[in-house]
Amino acid sequence: MLEQIAALLESWGVRKALEQLEFLLDPETLPMAIWETLYAPLLSAVFAYAIGLPLGILLVIGEKGGIHPIPKPVMNVLNGIINLLRSVPFLILMVLVFPLSRLILGTVIGTTATIVPLTVAAAPYVARLVESSVREMNQGVLEAAQSMGCSTWQIVAKVILPECKPSLINGATNAAITILGYGAMAGAIGGGGLGALSLLRGHGRGQVLVLYVSVIILVILVQIIQSIGTALCAKTDRRISHNTEKREK
Amino acid sequence: MSKIIEIENLCKTFGAGDDQVAALQNVNLSVEKGEIFGIIGLSGAGKSTLVRCINLLERPDSGKVLFHGRDLMALTPRQLRKERRIISMIFQSFNLLEQRTALENICFPMELAGVPKKQAEKRAEELLKEVGLPDKRDFYPVQLSGGQKQRIAIARALASDPEVLLCDEATSALDPKTTRDTLRLLQDINTRLGITVIIITHDMKVIEEICGRVAILNHGKVAECGAVEDIFSNPQTSAGRRLVYPDGMPYEQLPTGRVVRVAFNGGTVYQPLIATLAIDCGVKVNILAADTRNIDGKVFGTMILGLPEDEKEAAKAMNYIQSQKYVTVEEVSDYHA
Repeated sequence: MLEQIAALLESWGVRKALEQLEFLLDPETLPMAIWETLYAPLLSAVFAYAIGLPLGILLVIGEKGGIHPIPKPVMNVLNGIINLLRSVPFLILMVLVFPLSRLILGTVIGTTATIVPLTVAAAPYVARLVESSVREMNQGVLEAAQSMGCSTWQIVAKVILPECKPSLINGATNAAITILGYGAMAGAIGGGGLGALSLLRGHGRGQVLVLYVSVIILVILVQIIQSIGTALCAKTDRRISHNTEKREK
Repeated sequence: MSKIIEIENLCKTFGAGDDQVAALQNVNLSVEKGEIFGIIGLSGAGKSTLVRCINLLERPDSGKVLFHGRDLMALTPRQLRKERRIISMIFQSFNLLEQRTALENICFPMELAGVPKKQAEKRAEELLKEVGLPDKRDFYPVQLSGGQKQRIAIARALASDPEVLLCDEATSALDPKTTRDTLRLLQDINTRLGITVIIITHDMKVIEEICGRVAILNHGKVAECGAVEDIFSNPQTSAGRRLVYPDGMPYEQLPTGRVVRVAFNGGTVYQPLIATLAIDCGVKVNILAADTRNIDGKVFGTMILGLPEDEKEAAKAMNYIQSQKYVTVEEVSDYHA
């Protein structure tokens, strides 16, 4: 059976198909690669949100005329850093961050080591995503909250975060997919996972089958993340759930 | 009655340099405890800025805002937040939390104040009944109509047991019937709970429906302030007249002959002046324009009458009208073509 598939693939121009097939079907290979592809970006996303979420909110409420204005020079510095980090292409940023990775994790090679550059690259991106979600919010609601005697902290925790939740979930879905993409790129210079598989084995050694299979799995992963994100967003948004109910009636 | 809110020499300017706009210039007002006070003006007159200065959502450049004689501007942020809880506010666009149900919205101010959840929910249910929407507790704002949303907003505003309710164009987004219902509710709240209500509007009808006193705001200044009847029957300033007669008088259409303006200052509705004039004196006058309103069974407003060309007839009519109670009459010479 395996040989028949291999023969078929050979006839399509995939050389040494059997060897690649055997490699792919090794129970260690794909599950391991998928795991590595997911865990580094997901951990990075968590860290990126730990930094980017407060930062993004601060960018809106700290503005002049915002609910908690902070000095303009501070805002300028924050914006400057975010723009700077966002303008460096990820692969270059990763190399630049090597010393930091070595400092924190003691190594620059391997999947775990990519968590540092991924976080550094994703945090400013997340901050901008959060910023745009918070900006979309109805200003009148903020005003109402202030008129009721909300403190800044209460406004953030009880008004901004719950009211922006659907939009924040959408942003998080985008962030997760982008970080997943960065993670695959990191495979080129020492990272692991499907990215490394497709780049090093697939492209580097000319194993076309490995290249295709790992790319297809990446595509499927992205689809799954997007679907979960979209569903979660629709489920939590009280502004639209009603309309679907109405249509059902 | 004692003064609950006093505004002294309030100034607020937006922008800088050439774009500077003086939104409020030396505004002085005082609101009595327990009254329904109206602030009316055309758009851009500074009404919204003024009402936002009362709870300091907008900080004035100079002047004082006194609440029970206490200067709000001098308070620390924490003290101010406490005062804001007893100066509630409702808005034109309702500003409900869209991800919370009606009940959760009403619970919100109590949550801020640290009221235990069970107790807050019980109170919120009472308030839902109070505003006439007991069956909407689990509805989200998107499922409610404009009038219902405003009722929930009112219930939310009442949840903190306020002394003052600020209404910023609260009925401007509602249809006439819903507006009337909402105004009734506000009136009810005022009389039953003794809450002082301050209403900002551009709509004279809102003022005449429920306000006791009114201030006319024009280009950031108080043009006139006084009892609604007085302002209505006899506006003193051009800004006042513009609001009381929004459509203006069709001057050029007025015929030659003597034209008089008759002002009604609160006679009963059941005193048909023009008809009795025709029957008692046999004089037929021409009603050229009229804008009268019925407030609590009394007539306020003005009427423009064209008197007969005949001098004697005209004098008879003038004498008759002048002899009436609650009516003043003056000749308007500039109406001659």
